Amino acid sequence: MNRFDYARADSIGAAIAAAGAPGGSFLAGGTNLLDLMKIGAAAPERLIDISRLPLDRIEYADGGLRIGAIFRNADITRHPEVLARYPALAEALLSGASAQLRNAATTGGNVMQATRCSYFQDPLSPCNRREPGSGCGALGGRTRNHAVLGWAEGCIAVHPSDMCVALAAYDGVVEITGPEGTRDVPMATFHPLPDAAGAGAPALAEGEIVTHIRLPDPGGMARNARYLKLRERTSFAFALVSAAAALEIRDGVIVSARLALGGVAARPWRCHEAEAMLVGMVPTRGSFTVAAAEALTGATPSGDNAHKIELARRIAVRALDLAAAGTPDRLPALPASAFAGEDNG
Amino acid sequence: MTLTLNITINGAPHEIALDDPRATLLDVLRERLGLTGTKKGCDRGQCGACTVLIDGRRMNACLALALSHDGAEVTTIEGLAEGDTLHPVQQAFIAHDGFQCGYCTPGQIMSAVGLIAEGEAGLDPERVREGMSGNICRCAAYAGITDAVLGATRASGTRTGDERTDA
Repeated sequence: MNRFDYARADSIGAAIAAAGAPGGSFLAGGTNLLDLMKIGAAAPERLIDISRLPLDRIEYADGGLRIGAIFRNADITRHPEVLARYPALAEALLSGASAQLRNAATTGGNVMQATRCSYFQDPLSPCNRREPGSGCGALGGRTRNHAVLGWAEGCIAVHPSDMCVALAAYDGVVEITGPEGTRDVPMATFHPLPDAAGAGAPALAEGEIVTHIRLPDPGGMARNARYLKLRERTSFAFALVSAAAALEIRDGVIVSARLALGGVAARPWRCHEAEAMLVGMVPTRGSFTVAAAEALTGATPSGDNAHKIELARRIAVRALDLAAAGTPDRLPALPASAFAGEDNG
Repeated sequence: MTLTLNITINGAPHEIALDDPRATLLDVLRERLGLTGTKKGCDRGQCGACTVLIDGRRMNACLALALSHDGAEVTTIEGLAEGDTLHPVQQAFIAHDGFQCGYCTPGQIMSAVGLIAEGEAGLDPERVREGMSGNICRCAAYAGITDAVLGATRASGTRTGDERTDA
């Protein structure tokens, strides 16, 4: 790990001012940043500790919720309002990392976490994301976990977050504050997509900080929402593919649908066309199969990962199935698992 | 530049001068305070051998920058027993043979203490296993570990989730 200077920011203003100079990096829970620093994939000259900023609460806002950037992942999964009205968010978070990591990791840190591409993590490999202009080491390499949607020659990595997939499905909005004031960006488009030259422009300008995530009222979808995730082991593993699904069903007909895929692209992949298609349909396996096919239209392998396209299609169908069946009163013992048995709905 | 870390470990306050901000809580526990019960396994948050309670929550000490936890109250494996009387979770690990080589055991026990305090897994073995998935046991003593956590949960007499006993 490189040597760095350490300073604690006592206010959002102080954090922004400190981050305005080059070489600085925000430290909150540290579960991702310290790991990257230990393996040499990140080497900030200064750490600006924002873990004491007054952003550690959930507030009610306009019928929805506003989650502070320092609010811990584990605390989201225990929040009664989240469990009652945004259960797919709790299920997504519980399906990721470990209890120890969720206790430390923050909302803002989860949004800002780096890709898990092994070529990004290996300082000896070229990586446009870590070192712009150096190329992509993953292309032609070991690519079974890499992107099948929205990728380009510049970068084929996927965003690792489960939380962001659920937030995207719930129409979450990222609140950003910086030297120029505040701005809102939808969760579903917050993370840049790559282009031929690289990983895309950073989501945040220099000096900017994520302060909150805003969630609108889920309305009639509250108890028809699920998160489902395929991984190489049933716990403490990143998604091969995942899906967040939510439905509002009235008189046996879908009146509103949400579908977002994880593990397939550099951002949570919101499927607007598939959602529009589902409106007016009867919630059956047949309807979901048609919508899932639409969601994966345009998917192409970025290497040895064509299997992910079919996996994503099937996980979308099953997530919609589970959403239609209704969210169980208590989340299953194995959250988001395809192997959770009858508990899973 | 020397930085000062004020931290309470197992009830005892410490003022520690750090000449390098890179120290993790794990480094401080082991190298500065001689509390080597907390183990360094992977050093990357993947194995759970370094699990401690920070302000009552189980976390990986290897990914906790020490300075960021200035003012915190930390409990390590050394802080569980009262004199010669082992903590109920420690007793349960012995009673249920929840280990083989023992290297992961301090982390397993601290994680179990945290899990039981969270009160969400209850007496459901599947929920216990899922809740303990941040602790790797290379000897694969998992069956004994699960039994130990269930036994300690029963003995604790505290809230056990929804009181269900089915899997």
